[in-house]
Amino acid sequence: MLKKLAVVATAAAALVAAASVHAQQPVKIGIILPYTGQFADGGTQLDNAIKLYVKQHGDSVAGRKLEFIRKDTGGIAPDVAKRLAQELVVRDGVDILAGFLLTPNAMAAGDVSAEAKKFMVVMNAATSIITTKSPYMARASVTTPQLNESLGTWAATKGGVKKVYTMVSDFGPGHDAEQAFQAGFKAAGGEVIGAVRYPVANPDFAAFVQRAKDLNPEAIYVWVPGGAQPAALGKALSERGIDARKIKVMGQLELADESARKAMGDAALGIITAAHYDPDHQSARNRDFVKAYVAEYKRTPNFFSMGGYDGMHLIYEALKKTGGKTDGEALIAAAKGMAWESPRGPISIDPETRDIIQTVYIQRVEKVGGELQNVEIDKVLNVKDPVKLRMKK
Amino acid sequence: MQSLVGVLFDGFAYGMLLFLLSVGLSVTLGMMNFVNLAHCSFAMVGGYAAVTLVNSYGWPFLATLPLAFVAAALVSVVLERLLYRRLYRASELDQCLFTIGIVFISVAAASWFFGTVQQPVSVPDYLRGSVEFMGVRFAVYRMFLIAVALAVTAILVFSLEYTHFGAKVRAAVDNQRMARGLGIDVDRAFMITFALGGGLAGLGGALAIEIVGLDPAFAFTYLVYVLIVVAVGGLGSIGGSFAAATVLGISDMAGKYYFPWLGAFLIYLVMVALLMWRPAGMFGKR
Amino acid sequence: MASANLYFERQTRWRPLETAFWLAALLPFAVTPAYLSLASQVAITALFALSLDLLVGYAGLVSLGHAAFFGTGAYTVGLLAKHYWAEPLSGLLIAAVVAGIAGYALSSIIVRFKHLALIMLTLGVGLLLHEAANSASALTGGADGLQGFRVDSVLGFKFDMFGKTAYAYSLAVLFVSFLIARRIIHSPFGLALRGIRENAMRMPAIGAASQAHLRKVYTLSAAMAGVAGALLTQTTSTVSLEVLSFGRSADVLVILILGGAGRLYGGILGAIIYMVARDQFSGINPQYWYFWIGLLLVAVVMFLPNGILGGLNALYKKSK
Repeated sequence: MLKKLAVVATAAAALVAAASVHAQQPVKIGIILPYTGQFADGGTQLDNAIKLYVKQHGDSVAGRKLEFIRKDTGGIAPDVAKRLAQELVVRDGVDILAGFLLTPNAMAAGDVSAEAKKFMVVMNAATSIITTKSPYMARASVTTPQLNESLGTWAATKGGVKKVYTMVSDFGPGHDAEQAFQAGFKAAGGEVIGAVRYPVANPDFAAFVQRAKDLNPEAIYVWVPGGAQPAALGKALSERGIDARKIKVMGQLELADESARKAMGDAALGIITAAHYDPDHQSARNRDFVKAYVAEYKRTPNFFSMGGYDGMHLIYEALKKTGGKTDGEALIAAAKGMAWESPRGPISIDPETRDIIQTVYIQRVEKVGGELQNVEIDKVLNVKDPVKLRMKK
Repeated sequence: MQSLVGVLFDGFAYGMLLFLLSVGLSVTLGMMNFVNLAHCSFAMVGGYAAVTLVNSYGWPFLATLPLAFVAAALVSVVLERLLYRRLYRASELDQCLFTIGIVFISVAAASWFFGTVQQPVSVPDYLRGSVEFMGVRFAVYRMFLIAVALAVTAILVFSLEYTHFGAKVRAAVDNQRMARGLGIDVDRAFMITFALGGGLAGLGGALAIEIVGLDPAFAFTYLVYVLIVVAVGGLGSIGGSFAAATVLGISDMAGKYYFPWLGAFLIYLVMVALLMWRPAGMFGKR
Repeated sequence: MASANLYFERQTRWRPLETAFWLAALLPFAVTPAYLSLASQVAITALFALSLDLLVGYAGLVSLGHAAFFGTGAYTVGLLAKHYWAEPLSGLLIAAVVAGIAGYALSSIIVRFKHLALIMLTLGVGLLLHEAANSASALTGGADGLQGFRVDSVLGFKFDMFGKTAYAYSLAVLFVSFLIARRIIHSPFGLALRGIRENAMRMPAIGAASQAHLRKVYTLSAAMAGVAGALLTQTTSTVSLEVLSFGRSADVLVILILGGAGRLYGGILGAIIYMVARDQFSGINPQYWYFWIGLLLVAVVMFLPNGILGGLNALYKKSK
């Protein structure tokens, strides 16, 4: 009798010890971002938001501590991103892969997520097909078609635009945006009177804007990557005499973000953009978020930050739901269908595609209290990624 | 016709910006045969100096330009005296490696001190917008850029051709050994020229912000264009840099306007063609 | 004639240090198995640097656009795999041939130039090819990279995330290529190259046809670079525009100079040191590691002129 008791007691003790050892082991999260190079600023903003979320919500979830390992890709480098993801899994034993600003890097790391069966959260990269690379991948940011197709549809319907001239950067994301916008615009009955593509690196927009002006269009759709280019384009527009209040100038949110507006000055007035997040979004949640971010980093957050913040939220909530279990199957199952109120508005993770469903806001640059701001003039709710929707059919 | 004039004007302005950024490298490379790939780091110093003065100390934009020049000139002199002098005898490959190391350090330093964010600079209102003349719109800032570049060119050419110091510099560029033999203090001439070249790069960097922006990667991004201007123009030639920058700026702009599908190709095609035609550069001496 | 043969024989004899080096290259399998992915990328970069050394160190042709051939090889394999030819070894050979042809074609223009014009022409060609690949995004996948392909196993070994196959494969290819390069350099052809490098005008006078030699080495160098690029695609099953970028060309030149050009092992050593340093520095400080790498480069030039091997050689001579 006593022997049996002893065996049971030992077994119980062993189980408790094992459980507590398990509980003691931290959850390792590998963050892969461009911390240096031309995309470094986006990486910085995203990482800041990750750190802010951890500060606000503590660094433990479901009884386990969180440990972060950060790796720099230096820019577009899918071979490096893949290797870093492999090393994070094999060398550092991470449970979750996160970050991913750039599409080629996210695609390459997706292979590792699929092979190693690790939960992966894409916090910025915006090409539609990324989430098809691994069944353990979820996205918390946005897809290019979500924004641009919605804008195209809106422009041809509520926007009252019948003809448009499109100008985009001559590389992947620019082509995607052009395709998405034209698809939405034409499907809603609009006509594209001309299209041009300008080189990615150091374009001087004057020549291209002049070409646009020669056609005297009713509206111009523009896509430029964030950074210095939105401001440069805006200045070229005003220098060539294109008044955004008379000719509708439309684009993705980077075109009218804070640094662009600051650099363009009043020339920005009237620019219409489609955004999934703007720091001036009027909600209590967002005001708190922005306040905390500014207090911590002396900078306004942008959509990079939002991707990082919501990505972390997804990780935390998924871990809570699985009770701290970190295997890919459990975490992705927990992530599917998860819905919450983010500072950007209501969002959820599509259980079928594991991609984000969110509201797309149509906003226009106006002067509010002497300052240039993006003012919401319309919104489209529960936008799913249209490209994957069509892929299904 | 109007659009042609507009394109020529815009292209010329862009060329002038390239000229300011490149002329210093052309002269120092031609004079001392020292490969200074960190030339655009000097431009960055000027740019960040201007930004700091405008944003943190509220200086008016125009006042920051001379200081951008001085700041970059100082940095280049310090670098030259302390480090570069030891490498004049080194192989060209070693000089490349060394100055690339300096570029890396400068990029990291810029990220450290200023962050990775795009630096906006608000130019005064009288430099914004455009004016219309004979049916063509001319951007005010570009006119300003052209004016500054032409003034700089005039001063450079004048000092080279008509001053004592200029004569010494020309002698040193043409034949260093002979110049030394004649008792010309070549080291000093070079130091001053180096400072001048660095300072001009700084000025170019400050002026460039309004057109192409400023971030820590600037030192890399513009290196290629500067090298193109220097190679096509010919080492050691101010006129060469001016001509090359003009040709490249205008063909870049004209290409984008008339053949947008050629886009970025044109500037490289023009460079390849010109180099094949004149390997020593348009006005090169060697 | 006999003395010439003896000379080459002495040059090609394997020194114990070399044998030790290649044996040590097998260590990562046992000692640092978690670093095999990094090791395979170091091997690939070493091969790329070796191909550039043939041009820079031996023929005296500085190229700032060598990524053109690296990228050509990389995309050849990727496109083959995408269109159902995913066998690695044959893919490697095809990539070598394609890159070699590209090299031969370009060499007709390039070898006529010297000094800065040569450097800028190679730069220009590299940039043009990069732009062309960007424009042909329907073919190349553009900035997002080529999607929808996976390279098959090599000799029955899969390319998995642990990197064993990748490193074994890359190391083997590097070694074979190295043997070929070594043979060429320690041959009359190699001597002629070095002669051309030292004094291009004299060489035709002693019967070594200058331009033909340069074209041959350019072709060979391009083929080798193509093999390196192909290896990268095969071991990672990814390829995107940056394999053709100026950044890659500049990086490999920096690596070669760091190790010491014209010393056969310079590229390999440079690749090991640069990539391991970069990996370690960026691990410690993802945001500012450029500073430490810059410092490394500056220090090497100050204390070890002519690259690490060059500097070590000088110190060795001094100590004698």
